[in-house]
Amino acid sequence: MSAPLISVDELTMRFGGLTAVDHLSFDVSEGTIHGLIGPNGAGKTTTFNMISGFYRPTGGRITFAGEPISGLPMHEVARRGLVRTFQHSTLFNELSVIDNVLVGTHMLFPPRLVAAILGRDGASRRAARERAEEALSFFGLHHLADELAGELPHGHQRALGMAIATAARPRAVLLDEPFTGMNGEETRRMMELMRKLKASGVTILIVEHDMQAIMGLCDSITVMSFGRLLAEGTPAEIRRNPKVIEAYLGGTPHAA
Amino acid sequence: MPRASAWTLGWLALAVALVLLPQALSFSQQEILVFLTINVLLVSSYRLLTLTGEWSLGHAVIMGVGAYASALVTKWTGLFVPLSMLVGALTAAAVAWVLSFPLFRMKGFYFLIGSFAAGEIIRLLWKRFQDPFGGAKGLKRIEPMPNLDLGFHHFDFFLPTNYYYFALVAVGICLWLMWRVERSPMGLAFHAVHWQDKLAQASGINVRGYRMLAFVLASGFAGLSGALLAHYIGTINPGSFGVEQMVFILTWAIVGGTSTFYGPILGVVVLTILNEIVLRGMGFEQARPLIYGFILILSVLFLPKGLESLVQGAMARWRVAAPRPAPVEREKQA
Repeated sequence: MSAPLISVDELTMRFGGLTAVDHLSFDVSEGTIHGLIGPNGAGKTTTFNMISGFYRPTGGRITFAGEPISGLPMHEVARRGLVRTFQHSTLFNELSVIDNVLVGTHMLFPPRLVAAILGRDGASRRAARERAEEALSFFGLHHLADELAGELPHGHQRALGMAIATAARPRAVLLDEPFTGMNGEETRRMMELMRKLKASGVTILIVEHDMQAIMGLCDSITVMSFGRLLAEGTPAEIRRNPKVIEAYLGGTPHAA
Repeated sequence: MPRASAWTLGWLALAVALVLLPQALSFSQQEILVFLTINVLLVSSYRLLTLTGEWSLGHAVIMGVGAYASALVTKWTGLFVPLSMLVGALTAAAVAWVLSFPLFRMKGFYFLIGSFAAGEIIRLLWKRFQDPFGGAKGLKRIEPMPNLDLGFHHFDFFLPTNYYYFALVAVGICLWLMWRVERSPMGLAFHAVHWQDKLAQASGINVRGYRMLAFVLASGFAGLSGALLAHYIGTINPGSFGVEQMVFILTWAIVGGTSTFYGPILGVVVLTILNEIVLRGMGFEQARPLIYGFILILSVLFLPKGLESLVQGAMARWRVAAPRPAPVEREKQA
C-alpha cells in the first residue's frame, strides 16, 4: 500500500478541561473518498478544524503528502493543496457566482499590485477566468455565472462551495457536512459530483453524520465516539460493527 | 452613439467643467475648492481601507503624518516640494505598516479603538516634542509650492486657482490608481476578506496580509492628502488632525456610502457645499458642527445606504427604461 496522503497521528485537542479529541490516529489514502463519522459531539468537526488549520492542535501531528502541517494557519494549509469547505452555505453572497470561484483561483494566480495597476496581468486574469469557468462547468453551474451567489437555491450553493474549493486544483478537499439540509434528490446529485471529483484524481475527506450518504459513497470510514477512534474499515465492515451500532443507536441491532 | 465614445465624451465634459469651475467662484470659494479636492483624496483613501471591512479612527492622524513628514523634509533638505509630498506619503505608509503589526491582531470594534489609541499616541508625540514637531503650536512657514512657468501659463501656487489645478492632477492620478487596484484580482481579494474572511482564508488568501496591505495603501494616499494640505496652508499643528477631522471623514464616508467608488466622493462634495456655502452663507457659523451631527443622524436613520443608493436607484430605473446587456461592462473592466 502506498503512503497515505493525509496522516493523523495521536491528535489531541483540549478546550480547558474538556478533551474534545483524544489521541486520534487515522490515515487517508490518495484517490479515495474517506468518511469521518460519529454521533453528535464525537469530535468530528474539531478534528476537521485541526486538519484544515482552523484550530491549532494541543498535541499530536498531522502530515499531508509527507509534510507536517499541524499548527499552520488555514491559508498555508490550503497553499499546500488541502482545501476545506464550510458547513451550511458559506459563500461570498454579495459577489457573483463567477467572482466567488475567481476568489478560489487566488492560489493559482496570486495578484500582483504593480502589474494590476499597469494592466500588465492580462494573461494571468484570462487564465484565472478560464479556470474559474472550467470549475463552474465541472459542477454544472456555468449557466449561473452572473447570478449573485446569495440568490442561488440551496443545492447550487453547496455545489458552488465545492467549485470554490476545487478551483485551485487541490490534491485533497475536506468537506464539512456537505449533505446537511438536502433533500433526497439534492443528496443524490451531490454524491454524483463527489464521485466525479474523485474520478478527476482529488482525494476527499468528508465529515458527516448522515450515515445513508456516507455508506453509499465512501471507500473507507473512520468512526469517532467521545473524541476517540471507535472503528475503522469499509462501509460494509462499519455497518456490521456492533460497537458502531451501539454508539449510534444505543444497542438496538438495527443498522441505519 | 456607441457606449465607449459616450463615456469618453462624459469624461471630457467633466474635465472641462473641473478646469473652468474656479472661474465661476469667488476667491474664498476657490480656497474651499482646494480643500474639497484634497478631501476627496482623503475620503477615497479611507474607503480603500474599508474595502477589507475594517474601519479606523486613526486616519486623520495618518494624514497628519504625511503632512508633518513632507513639511519637515522640505525644511531640512530643501527637497523639491512635489517630491517631498511623495516622501510624506511613503512615511505615512511606513508608519501604518509598523502600526499594523499590533493593530491587526484585532478586528472590528477592537481594531477601531486600537487605531484611535495609536493615533492619539502619535498626536501626543507631536505635542510633546518641540523639536522637531514644534509642540502644540505645530509647524509654521512651511515651504510653499515653488512657482512654475509653463510658457502658456505662469503658475503662482499661492493663488488657490493654480494650487487647485495642481491638486486636481495629483488627486486624479491617485483616484485612478485606487480604481485600478479595486478592479483588479487584488480588489476582489479585499472584497473576499470583507464579506467572508474564513472562506477567503480557506481559499489561500492571507487575510491578515491583505488587511495590512489595504491599511498601508490607504495610509499612503492619506499621507499625500496631508502633504497637499500642509504645503498649501503653510501651517499645521496637532489639532489639525484631531478627532474633529476624523469625525468629518467618517461623516463624509457614511453619508455618501462606501459600497461604491463614488459614494464617499459624493458625500464629501455634497456636505462641503452644504457646510461651506449654504450654512456659512446663511450665517450659521457657530452652529455648523451641530447641524453636521444632525445630518449624520438623519442620514443613518433615513438613508442608511448613503447618497450613493439614490444614484444606484436612479441608474437602475434608467437601465429598465433603456435595457442593454449588463455583463459586457464587467468583461471590459476585467
